[in-house]
Order: sequence, then C-alpha cells, then structure tokens
Amino acid sequence: MTNELIAITVLWGFIFIYAVMATMDFGAGFWSMIYMNREKTAATNIANRYLSPTWEVTNVFIVAIVVALVSFFPGATFLLGTVLLIPGSIILLLLAIRSAFLVFAHIAKEYEKVLTYISGISGMIIPALLISVLPITHGEFIETVDGVAKLRMDKLFTSPHEYAFIGFAISSTLFLSSLLLADYSNEANELEAYQTYRRDALILGPISLLMALFIMLTMQDEAPWLYERIMDYLPWLIGSVAMFFVAGAALFLPSAKHQSIRGKPRLAVVAIVIQYFLASYAYGKAHLPYMIYPDVTIQSGFTHPNTFRALFMSYIIGFVILFPGFIYFWRLFMKDKRYLQKNDPS
Amino acid sequence: MDDLVIARSLFGTTMAFHIIFASLGVGIPLMILCAELLYQKTKNRDYAVMAKRWTKGIAVLLGVAIPSGTIAGVQLSLLWPGFMEVIGKVMALPFQIEIYAFFVEALFMSIYVYAADRISPAMRILSVTLVALGASASAILITNVHAFEGTPDGFRIENGQVVDVDPWAAFFNPSFFVTAGHVTVSAFMTGAFVLASISAYKMLREKNKRVLEFYRKALMLSLVVGGIFSILTALNGHEAAQLLHEYQPEKLAAAEGLFETQSHAPLAIGGFTDPDTQSVKWAIEIPWLLSFLAGNSFDTVVQGLNDFPKEWWPPLFIHTLFNAMVGIGSFLILLSLIGLVWSKVMKRPAFPRPLMWAIIASGPLSMLAIEFGWIFACTGRQPWVIYRMMKTEDAVTQSENLALLFILFAAIYIVLSIAVVLVLKYYFRRHPVINELASQETGHSNHFTQ
Ligand code: HDD
Ligand code: HEM
Ligand code: HEM
Repeated sequence: MTNELIAITVLWGFIFIYAVMATMDFGAGFWSMIYMNREKTAATNIANRYLSPTWEVTNVFIVAIVVALVSFFPGATFLLGTVLLIPGSIILLLLAIRSAFLVFAHIAKEYEKVLTYISGISGMIIPALLISVLPITHGEFIETVDGVAKLRMDKLFTSPHEYAFIGFAISSTLFLSSLLLADYSNEANELEAYQTYRRDALILGPISLLMALFIMLTMQDEAPWLYERIMDYLPWLIGSVAMFFVAGAALFLPSAKHQSIRGKPRLAVVAIVIQYFLASYAYGKAHLPYMIYPDVTIQSGFTHPNTFRALFMSYIIGFVILFPGFIYFWRLFMKDKRYLQKNDPS
Repeated sequence: MDDLVIARSLFGTTMAFHIIFASLGVGIPLMILCAELLYQKTKNRDYAVMAKRWTKGIAVLLGVAIPSGTIAGVQLSLLWPGFMEVIGKVMALPFQIEIYAFFVEALFMSIYVYAADRISPAMRILSVTLVALGASASAILITNVHAFEGTPDGFRIENGQVVDVDPWAAFFNPSFFVTAGHVTVSAFMTGAFVLASISAYKMLREKNKRVLEFYRKALMLSLVVGGIFSILTALNGHEAAQLLHEYQPEKLAAAEGLFETQSHAPLAIGGFTDPDTQSVKWAIEIPWLLSFLAGNSFDTVVQGLNDFPKEWWPPLFIHTLFNAMVGIGSFLILLSLIGLVWSKVMKRPAFPRPLMWAIIASGPLSMLAIEFGWIFACTGRQPWVIYRMMKTEDAVTQSENLALLFILFAAIYIVLSIAVVLVLKYYFRRHPVINELASQETGHSNHFTQ
C-alpha cells in the first residue's frame, strides 16, 4: 500500500467511526427529546444514560478527522477550507449550541425541557449539514473565478442530489440510534423502552434504505463519474443491502433473554454496522483518487513524507496507549449492569 | 473593513473566549486532584465535598470548553488555510498528539464523573490524575504550535514550496519548553485563584461556622497552590522574555517601548508608547534594568525598533498589555505571600476585609493576565503568522463576507457566556454546601450521585 493509501484509509476509518458514533449521539439526543414527556417509559432515561458519558468522546473524533485531514493532506486544506467556510461555520455554531445545552440540560433540572429541545433539534440539523461535505467533494458545486474557489450555495441547495444526502443523513441518524438504544435497553432489561425503540427502528430502516437508493438515482445525473465507478463495486452494494435484511430479520427472531419480546437487537446492530461499512467502502473506493473532484487527488494533496512517517509512528504509539482506556470505558458504561440499570444518569 | 481585519478579529475573539474555559479546564483538575489527595491523607470529608463540587463546576465548564475548542480547531483551517497548509506539512505532530491527550481527558473525565461510585479510591485518583495530565498535555501541545509560529524551525520555504522538512526539529523548536511551561503554570495559577476568589466571596457572606470552616480550607488550599504557581509563572516568564530578546527582538522592543539600540537599556514601566517622540510617555524608567533582564548583564545590547523596517513593527500598544500581565503576576505573588504569612506565621484566624477583597479580585485578575498575555503574544507577532516566513495576509482565506460570520460567532459566545453563568449559579444555589456537609456527616459517602 502506498503512503497515500494508508493515510486515506486512516482518515476514512475515523470518518466511519465518527459517522457511527455521531449518529448514535445525535440520535440519542433526539430520542431523549421525543420521549421526554412520557413519564412511564424509561426511553428518555436510556437515551441519557448512553449520552452522558459518551458525547465528549464522540466529539474528539470530529476533531481527529479535521486534524487527520490537515496533517495528511495539507494540499487539500486550502481548497476545502475555502469552500467550506460558510457550511463549516454553521456546523460549528450548531455544534456549540448542541453540546453546551446538552450539558446544561443535565445540570439545570428545572429547565431541562427547554434545554433538551434546543440541543435535540440542533443535533438533528448537524448530520444533515455534515453530510453535505460529500456532495461538495463531487465537484459540481465549486466554481473558480479569477483563481478563487467559491461554493455555489444556490446550486447546492437546489440540487436533488444534496437533498438525497440530507434525507439519508437524517433517516440513518434516527435509524441507527433507535437500533442501538433498543439494544441498550435490552441490556438494561427495560422492556418497554426496548419495544419503543424497536418499533422506531422498524419504521426508519426502510426509509433510510430508500434514501440511499435516492442518492444513487440522483448521482447518475449529477456525478456520473462517481456513479460509473461505484457500479464497479456492485457486489459490495448488494452485500450491504443483504445485511440490511439480516438486521431486519434479527428484529423478528425470538429473544434469547426475555420471553415476552421478540428480536435479537445485538445481532441487528452488528449487521447494520456491517451494512454501512460495506456501502461506505464502495463509495470511498469509487471516490479515489479524488478528494475533491477534479482538482485535488490524494497524491496532489499529500503531506511531506517525513511528516507522514512521524505521524504514522505517533498513531501506533497513541493507539497502544489509548486502547486499554477505551476497553475500560466500554466495560464501565456499556456492560456494567449497575450503570445500565441506574435511574438517573447525572 | 477589509476581510483580513475581520478574520483576525474573529479568530482572536474565538481564542479569547476559548482560553477562559480552557485555562480553567487545565487549572481546576489540578485543584481537584489536590483535594482528593488531601482527602485520602487527612480523611477529612470537607476535601471530598470540595472535590465533588469543583468537579460539578468543571463538568459544566467543559460543556463550553470543548465546543469552543472545536470551533478554534476548525476555524484555524477555515480562516487561515494558507497557514494550515504549512502546519500540515511541518508541524502536524502536536495537533496529532493532542488528539490522544483529548481522548485521555475525555475518557477519564467521564469515568471520574459518571462511574465515581463504582470505582475504588485509588482508581478515582488515577482517573483525576489522568484528566489533569490530559488537559495539561493538550495545552502544552497546542501552545507548541504557537511557539513554532514565533520561532519556526525544521523547514525552509523555497520558491513557495516547503522543503527540508524535519518534523521533530519543528516540534522541539527553540521556544517550545519555555512557552509551553509558561502557559501551563499560568493556567494552574489561574485555576487556583479563581477558586480562591469564590471561596473568599462566600466567606464574606456566610454566617454558619461549619460552612465558614469549609471555605477557609478551600481558600488556604487555593492560596498555597496559586502562590506556588504564580512564582513559577514569573520565573518562567522572565525566561520567555529572554527568548524574545534572542529570537524576536522587535517584539521585545515594542513590549518595552525601546526605539534606540543600546547597552545599559532602561526598563520603562507603565505609560504609553509614542512613535512620534520615540519615547514612552509618563513611564517610570529604571536605568539599566532592561539590559540586565534581557541578558543577565548590564552591558547586554538590546535592539530597538529603529533597527527594523517600519512595516515589521508590532503594534505599539503591546507595551501596555505586557506591563499589565507582569503587574498582575507580581501583585498576585505578593498577595498569596501576605495571605500565607498572615495565617501560617502570624496565626491570625481571619483575614481583614481589604485582604479578602483583594483575594476576590485575584481570580478575575489572573484571567485578565492570561488574556493580555495572549493578545500580546499573538498581536505582537504581526505582521507575521509564521515569524519571518509567512505574512498573516498571505495565510488568510480568500472568501469574502466574513462580517456576518463574525456577528454570528460573537452572538454565540455571548449566549454561551450568559447561559454558563446562569447554570452554575442555578446548580450551586440548588445544592448549597451545607447540605452536602450534612449528608457527609451522616455517613452518606455516595460520591457524585445526587
Ligand atoms: C496568569 C497569567 C500570566 C501571568 C501572571 C504572567 N504571564 Fe506571561 N503570558 C501568559 C500568562 C501570564 C500567557 C497567556 O500564558 C502567555 C501568552 C502566550 C504565552 O506563551 O503565554 C504569556 C506570554 C508571555 C510572554 C510572551 C511570549 C511570546 O510572545 O512568545 C512573555 C515575555 C511573558 N509572558 C513574560 C511574563 C513575565 C515576565 C511575567 C511576570 C510576572 C508574566 N509573563 C506573568
Ligand atoms: C488561547 C489564547 C489565545 C488568544 C487570546 C489569542 C489571540 C489572538 C489574537 C487577538 C489574534 C489576532 C492578532 C492580530 O491580528 O492582531 C490571534 C491571531 C492568531 N493566533 Fe492567537 N491567540 C491565542 C492562542 C493561539 C494559539 C495556541 C495558537 C496556535 C495554534 C494561535 C494562533 C494564531 C493564529 C494562526 C492567528 C492568525 C494569524 C495572525 O494574526 O497572526 N493563537 N490570536
Ligand atoms: C493555549 C491555549 C489553549 C489551552 C490552554 C487549551 C486547552 C484546552 C482544554 C483544557 C480543552 C478541554 C479538553 C477536553 O476536555 O477534551 C480544550 C478543548 C479544545 N481545544 Fe483548546 N486550548 C488552547 C488553545 C486551543 C487552540 C488554539 C485550538 C485550536 C487549534 C484548540 C483546540 C481545541 C479543541 C479542538 C478542543 C476540543 C477537544 C474535544 O473535542 O474534546 N485549543 N482546549
């Protein structure tokens, strides 16, 4: 593998991990808002129990993506920084509101409702904007006048392709998070919450699959270069859809834990993560070597080889140091029955 | 206004906002660690209550520190793409390693806050130690990028291309250790003085003996820590100034209002630099002292501004910022010494009122010194973004219409500032310390759950 490929793989890995963690994070915020007024179910509690300890860790990943992008592909920074100024700034503003009010909501109990609404709603707009970076990299919305690159916002926001991505981001955020929370409630023996989240997942799954198809459909016209290349990875896409049906089936299998409910949510979560993995692998591979079509490729944007070598070493050392910390964290918050069954996460 | 000026104002505003929460995010975990250690040593439950309350506070502050830092990090690429292109090629390591520091801090902060009642005391101390280490490490690493901007190393620019890159030479650039040290110890001192302010304020308004005793303990702990780190800050700041003498002489000249190159140079304290008369008006001048401070001997030659082309001069008002920072630093050393002598040597039980009010001012003053220091360091670097390598105007984004963004970000910072103050007030009013002291006495040691 060339250095460029290693670098883009690491970057892609971060983006994938962030995409999964962030959908769970933003989705959980949304569900905690939706079910806040239902006194009897534990659905909001479950969402908060997941959210409280994890949002900080999730946030580090978005910083890690930006840093990996700048440090591995500084040549792409100039163009990306220029065209993303406005959408990037809006994302930052929303992110600030969302994170801060999420924390405030847990501390100031009396104002919990208002604060949760603010953070829940802003949290749903963020994925929609974040994903817009993808169609922007497809190239047709960037216009260069007198050597200065500009993002054509008017073209972007009148494009069906963009809306396909936005629809996909919102529906998958809700889908993945409801599925994960179903699994989390199952672990915590909160059966009513489990039923709620399982139902949400069953509704949202097909919607997000439809949105994915919509992306492919609009891509044919708007980014034909990418569409043709993706079609070379058709087996991956078919595999991805197959995993979607595995997950669907898993939600109808008899439960191993409880008599009164149906579904093996853990199996469904794993299948869906594989589904997204396969699809995003096909998308990413077809996108290569372009970072921003057609101006910036992974070769043209690549960092200095000496810097790459030093970075690579730091990645290995960093991973070795951090791995035990992540395991410990996982055991304390995802596995420990005493935490899962606690009533008040603050 | 032109877009360069707006970009500079926008970034400066973001940093000035972030640094408030970031400094507390570095300083307060150290205080929590001290309280936890004292609790294990003395078994006095007051220290456990202290650790718990400070942790609640820091959890709220991090809710702003983290998103504002995220803004800072992303804005760096959005507003200064030319700068980040060079940084990505040469100085990417500190940013990368900083990510690990963030992970350490975020993981163990969550563990310390949300799992406190399920882990052993030793594990709790380890967690809070790692939080403090992670926060300090992230401050040190990001400051290293700033140090590199002043004393760049490990690359050359040839025909607009970055060549001869040595990332480790860039990492260990000449001012790394001194600058990073200064930022870290000044954050420790600020965390301590902010807590000292709060404790002193509460003591003035409190009648209850038990609660007074609690705040007195907190005050003494903060004064000791603040005193130690304010002395370290001054010693290390002196080294920082000597580095300026060596590496950025025009910045030192502007900081001191020195126009003519000379040995036995005088130190000008206070006053305003006037470029027309080439002097510092209304300043107190101490003969020979500047030469001595810059090079440890009176015949050290200190370069004056006239040695440099005028378009390289930093803005002259940095003289005032520098004086204010040093003045505050000296005042706070004095203040903590007086406080400690008063209570430890003279064994007086209570501080007189004027002293209490001075202590109440110490936290805000310390924070101001940080702001002044940063604006001095960043604005004093102008017109360079990377000293003698890249001009700020060549690094800025080519996009226009930054004014609207500036307004939006400024509005968010105002909203968040107000909200964070209200939330802190609300929480601590709902959970007065007297309740916690009482529940501790009846043996409820449930650490963080309410
Ligand atoms: C509590 C805060 C605080 C206090 C009391 C001081 N400083 Fe400071 N100073 C900072 C907080 C700070 C800072 C905000 O952390 C800076 C900004 C950039 C940096 O590296 O540290 C800084 C920068 C800074 C610089 C500029 C470095 C550069 O431009 O690259 C010098 C020369 C000094 N300091 C010197 C001093 C001296 C001689 C002090 C004597 C008491 C002092 N500082 C007190
Ligand atoms: C956290 C406290 C900081 C404050 C309050 C601060 C303040 C400022 C201010 C006021 C400016 C505008 C300067 C001017 O145009 O006159 C500025 C510019 C800048 N600062 Fe800092 N700064 C801080 C930390 C940092 C750090 C840690 C870095 C390094 C990563 C940094 C990098 C920059 C850059 C790249 C610019 C823009 C280019 C320039 O104007 O030179 N700053 N900062
Ligand atoms: C010297 C001044 C600075 C200090 C002392 C400082 C310190 C801190 C601290 C303590 C945090 C909270 C860390 C956490 O809980 O994860 C933080 C967050 C952050 N800071 Fe700063 N910072 C400084 C300047 C900067 C600058 C110039 C940038 C941008 C390049 C930056 C980027 C960030 C980011 C991205 C975060 C969020 C990390 C996360 O997602 O957890 N900081 N900073």
